[in-house]
Amino acid sequence: MELIETITVGSGGVASVTFSAIPATYTDLRLVTSLRGTGTGTDTRIDFNGLTTNQSQIMSRGNGVAASSVTEANFYGIQVTSSQTANTFSNGELYIPNYAGANNKSFSQTDVQETNANGAWMYLSALLWSSTAAITSIKFAPGAGNFAQFSSLSLYGIKST
Amino acid sequence: MTHPKSIEVNCTTGEVVERELTAAEMEQRVIDAAAYAIEKAEQEAEATAKANAKASGDAKLLALGLTAEEIAAR
Repeated sequence: MELIETITVGSGGVASVTFSAIPATYTDLRLVTSLRGTGTGTDTRIDFNGLTTNQSQIMSRGNGVAASSVTEANFYGIQVTSSQTANTFSNGELYIPNYAGANNKSFSQTDVQETNANGAWMYLSALLWSSTAAITSIKFAPGAGNFAQFSSLSLYGIKST
Repeated sequence: MTHPKSIEVNCTTGEVVERELTAAEMEQRVIDAAAYAIEKAEQEAEATAKANAKASGDAKLLALGLTAEEIAAR
């Protein structure tokens, strides 16, 4: 596994982080995220190649109070919100096999808010991007608000040989 | 007035560009945030309706003579 790029958000926060011009030289991609938002929304939008279409996410989720399963027409990850414990972040991972192939892209996600309290969300998801295009860019943006300072996102490439 | 910034890293060259959102991107951001709020409110309402229906059904089953354990085991 090889680190391709890491972004750490600076003071003032940012509205989005994009990994672009992802080389097609790996077999799989792994994204590791640590996110905190400046707003009250828990969700982080994830888009491939600048497109918000053909996305499906089957998610099991819980927060220590309730659990449910939902199907989303968008890709969502988790961030810690501004109203949760200070200086805590989410831990998230996306694993995208065969990202440069010519088939639809099935991938997986695990995401947890570090806040160890009722109301802290955790997601476990199977996702599908119905596109035969190679994934060349990945964008993360909060559902509302900005990513807070010290949020970080790392993109790794994995080769099978 | 300053706009929020975005970061884009070119994974081929390593170049990192941090810039303010354009006016068009700001407009889209407002639209996206509104759509997100509506979607989440709809999900919340659906979950609440489901929980209420379950509670109502459970109460009727209790009235019919089922035990709480029998209801939970369904």
